[in-house]
Parts: sequence; C-alpha cells; structure tokens
Amino acid sequence: MIEAEHLAKRFGTVQAVRDVSFTAPDGRITGLLGPNGAGKSTTLRLLYAALQPDSGEARIDGARVSLADAAVRQSLGVLPHGAGLYLHLSARENIRYYGRLHGLRGAPLESRISELLEILELGEVGNRKSQGFSQGQKVKVGIARALVHQPRNLVLDEPTNGLDVMAIRSLRTTLRRLRDAGHCILFSSHVMQEVAALCDEVVIIARGEVVARGTPTALLQAAGTATLEDAFVKAIENAAGSVEGLL
Amino acid sequence: MKPWLVVAWKEIFESLRDRRTLLTSLIIAPLLGPVLFSGMMQFTLAKENKDHEQRVEAGVLGADHAPQLLLWLQAQGLKRVPAPATESLVTAAVRNSQPKIVLVIPADYGEQLSAGKPASVKLYVDTSDSDARRAGERLQRLLAGYAAQTAALRLMARGIDPSIIQPVVTDEIDVSTPASRAQALLGVLSYFLLLSTLVGGMYLAIDATAGERERGSLEPLLALPVSRDALVAGKLLATMVFAAASLLLTLVTFIVALRFVPLESIGMSANLGPLVALQLWLSLLPFVPLAAALLTLIASFARSFREAQSWMTGVLLIPTLPIMLAVVAGLKPTSALMAIPSLSQHFLVSRLLRDEAIPLPEMLLSVGGTLTLAALLSALVVALWRHEKLLG
Repeated sequence: MIEAEHLAKRFGTVQAVRDVSFTAPDGRITGLLGPNGAGKSTTLRLLYAALQPDSGEARIDGARVSLADAAVRQSLGVLPHGAGLYLHLSARENIRYYGRLHGLRGAPLESRISELLEILELGEVGNRKSQGFSQGQKVKVGIARALVHQPRNLVLDEPTNGLDVMAIRSLRTTLRRLRDAGHCILFSSHVMQEVAALCDEVVIIARGEVVARGTPTALLQAAGTATLEDAFVKAIENAAGSVEGLL
Repeated sequence: MKPWLVVAWKEIFESLRDRRTLLTSLIIAPLLGPVLFSGMMQFTLAKENKDHEQRVEAGVLGADHAPQLLLWLQAQGLKRVPAPATESLVTAAVRNSQPKIVLVIPADYGEQLSAGKPASVKLYVDTSDSDARRAGERLQRLLAGYAAQTAALRLMARGIDPSIIQPVVTDEIDVSTPASRAQALLGVLSYFLLLSTLVGGMYLAIDATAGERERGSLEPLLALPVSRDALVAGKLLATMVFAAASLLLTLVTFIVALRFVPLESIGMSANLGPLVALQLWLSLLPFVPLAAALLTLIASFARSFREAQSWMTGVLLIPTLPIMLAVVAGLKPTSALMAIPSLSQHFLVSRLLRDEAIPLPEMLLSVGGTLTLAALLSALVVALWRHEKLLG
C-alpha cells in the first residue's frame, strides 16, 4: 500500500506539488492522471524517496519514506521515466545487478530472473545487449528489474510512453496479473485511454493538486459526463478555471 | 556481497564492455605517455649528441686575409658554408639564418697581426636563436684557442715562459652520475604517470555519475533500498581500480619504450627495471584514491557526459601545476612540500629514478598528505550524493 498525505514540494520559485493526498491500496491498479507539468513525476519521486517533501509525508506499507532510510524502500519496485537500462549490459545482467543490490544471489536469483524473463516474454533477448532493444523491450526489462525482489508495491512512471499497441497490450496483461496476485500498482500517465483501460482507481492531478479521485465509474457519475476524457477536462477546468496551455 | 562491492563490480564489468572506456583507460593512456616521452627523449638526445660534436657551421667573409687561421679553424671542426658577398648583407642574412653565423675577417687582419697589434675579427650571430648562440660560443672558444696559441708562440719567441700569462687555470670536474644526468629528462615522467592515472579513471568516473544521470538509470538506482553512501563507495572503488590498472600498465609500457631510447650513447642509464617500476607504482598508489575522488566529484556536478568531459580537460591539468612550479623554481623536497599531493609524488619518483633512498618521513608525509586530501574530496562526494539535487 502506498499513501500520500498532503505532500508538497517546491523547486526555487516553482511549486511543483502543492497538496497531494491519496491512497493506492494493495490488489488495485491506481492511475495518476494529469496534464504535462501537473506534478506527476515529482509526486512519484517523493513516494520512492528520490526527493524529500517540504511538508506532508509518504508511506509505504505504513512506514514513512525518507531519503536517508533505505530499508523502507525494500518493499518497493520502481520503473522511472524511460526505463534507464545499462546499454552495455544484457537484459539478464541488468536484472541481475538489481537482484544483487537487493541481496539476492546464486541459483535463487538466476531462477527468479529466468522466471521474470518468461513472464514478460523476454526469453529470446535475455542474453542480448540492451543497446539494440526496442522501447517496448526496454520497458519490460525495466519492469522485470523492478520486480526482481518481489516487491509488494510497484511504481511506474509513464510506462506506456513510446510503446506500440502490441507492447501496450502485453504490458496491461502483465500489470493485471500482478494486481491479481495482490500487488499494489501505481502508475502515472497523461493518456486518458490508458487509464480508462487499466485502472481500478484514478487520481487526477492538476497544478500540483489532486482535483478528483475515485473509480472510473464514480468519476463519470460525479462529473455527469459520458467519457472519462470529458470528466478529466471538467475536473481540471473546475480546479484551474482554464486548461489552456495545460493540454 | 555487500552493495558497495556489487556496485564496484558492475561498474568495472560494464566499463570492460565499453570499447571507448577500455580504449582510453587501458590502451591509449598507457601508450600515449611513454610514446610521447620516448619521442621527446630521442629528440633531446639527438640534439645533445649533435652539440657534443665540435662542429661549427659558419660562413666566412674575407677568408683570403687569414689563410693560417682558416686552416686551423677547419682542423678544429669549422665547416664553411656559403656566406653573403659583402659585409653590408651579413646582418640581414644572419637574421634569416642563412647562414646562422658569419665570421668577417677585415683586410688589415694580416697587417695588424704581423705588427704584433690586436687583430680584430667580427662574429655575426643571432643570440635569440639558441642553436646559433651555442654554435657562436663554440666558434668563439676556437678563436680564443687560436689567440692563446699565437700569444704563447710570441712569448716563446721573446724567450718568456707562456705559462706566465696563465695565473689561474680552471679544471672543471663533472660530478654528475649517469643516472642523475638522465633524471633531468626523466623528470617529465612523473607528470605522465599522474596523468595516466587520471585518464585511466576518467571515463569510468563520468559513466558512473554524469553518464548514469543522463541515461536515466540513476533514478531507479536511488530508489533501491541501498544507502547512497554505499553507491558512492562502489563507484569510487571501481574508479580506483581502473586508475591503478592504467598506472601499472603505463609503467610497464615505459620500461619497454625506454629500451628503444639510446640512453647509453650519452653514457646514461635510465635505471628503470621491474623493481624500480614496482617501487614507482607503490609510491604513486596513494594518488589513486585522490584521483578517483577528484574525478568523481567533478563528474557528479556535471549534468551530462559531454559537460563532464569538458570539465575533465581542466582536471587533467591540476596535477601539473605544483610540478611545473617546482621544476621552474628548482625546489628541493622539504617537509612542507612533501605534504602536497602530486608534487610529493614527483619528488618520490625523482628520488627513485636517481637511485636515492627515500627517507621514511618523506614517504609518510607524501602518503599522509595525499590520503588526507583524498578523504576530504571523498567526503565531499558523499555529501553531494546525499543531497536530493543529485538527480538534477
């Protein structure tokens, strides 16, 4: 379970995150939806402690997250924007590096890697250098890497960016499978269809604030609109007066 | 395996896969220094040998006025080259180094000489050209020798012992040993060794910091349940391994390269056997953590690989400054100076090459001073990495 409680973060004169509170429960896929620059990535960074909040607090499975306390991040797997693989290493080596940093080793680690490569349909490219991977393959390796230590919570920053339809579909299947296994999945996106197709819970962020949250159906009802897209636009308009420049 | 060891191992492993890093750290750096250096030595030695041959090239104007003198000078090593036709052209010709030296013998030379009066000759030389200056000095010595011989003959003709006009005789005794003469040339070696240490760790340091940030792989790494101190420790360790390996390879290359330099032809021994090489490596080893910390610190500030690379150009020059200062000012090792990193390594290298024993306090000061600065810079790197701004 991942919790955000009145998170706020300022960079110089820019208030990137004003007031963000939500809960991403176990066994659910929670989507963080918002226009570009709304504060999605900053919020995620506060959750996995790459940044320290100015006020408020982030919790993972009830424990407070902080930059200095590494142990809290044990039950967390993270896929940042753009996967961030080591291009000179193979898929297997990339995953192995993170496994070792989590304290895994030897045969259990190797069989875990093989298992992940199979689940994510990466078996064929497992021993190839990541340099030549497609964006979809990179994201999958990034997810496998984030899952190597079987974390309860998974955070993904815009995982579908640059993926083709087939890759997106297989990513969705993977995430649903993880959800059904009881994991807490939190992912950010600025693509409405993405969120509509996948999420159990939606948190809409605009200008650093949560402007609406709930299940997709509840959001439609509350906004009185036919599509989630209309609900999204309405929520942002209500919050900011105008969406010009945001979308 | 501890996380910092995992990080170090991965950085080394990844760099071994990266052709650019491998090429720079373990091939170019260890080759460049020795090859450049051997070239410099060849050049210097060739020059030195040429200077030692007592040949002087000069144009002579009015040679007909002093056939005796000319015969004598040519016997002593003067080689005549074409000279300008008239004396009015000489100055311009010498300025253009065509030829570099012109000896002008006036028409009244023979007259003055037979009258027992000072006969003057003119020597045109451009002293701003060091080659010409040395040749000019040599020709002057020859002329002085001829003058002294003539004076002695005159005195003897008058029944006087020529030694009466030699109240003081100087005998120069050269006490330099072959090794100490070679040392002047080998002084540059210490800089090349420090440079290859820095270059050896450079790309790994950039890759592990600025490169990691640029690729976007730093963020998931920071999200791991591994303390940032451990990450820094691993990256520093990996940089040290590469820097130390590059240094070792450079020393090996030096030994091989110096085999091709004709040090013997001027009676010098470079004194660079495997044992000395090992001693050199050990005395330079404390510089390795300093290099790693310096490189990692600078590279951690940079936002991109390219930016880090341009910063490094400056970093590579830092260790030269104290050495250059010491060479120019002719400084000798004192306890204050031995505490200065890079300078102290230079002194240690010089001592080893001169076959001198290294006093224990000097060694301790060098190691202590260098490691203290290394620790200080490492602490700065750790502080930088603990800061959230690291992600940029």
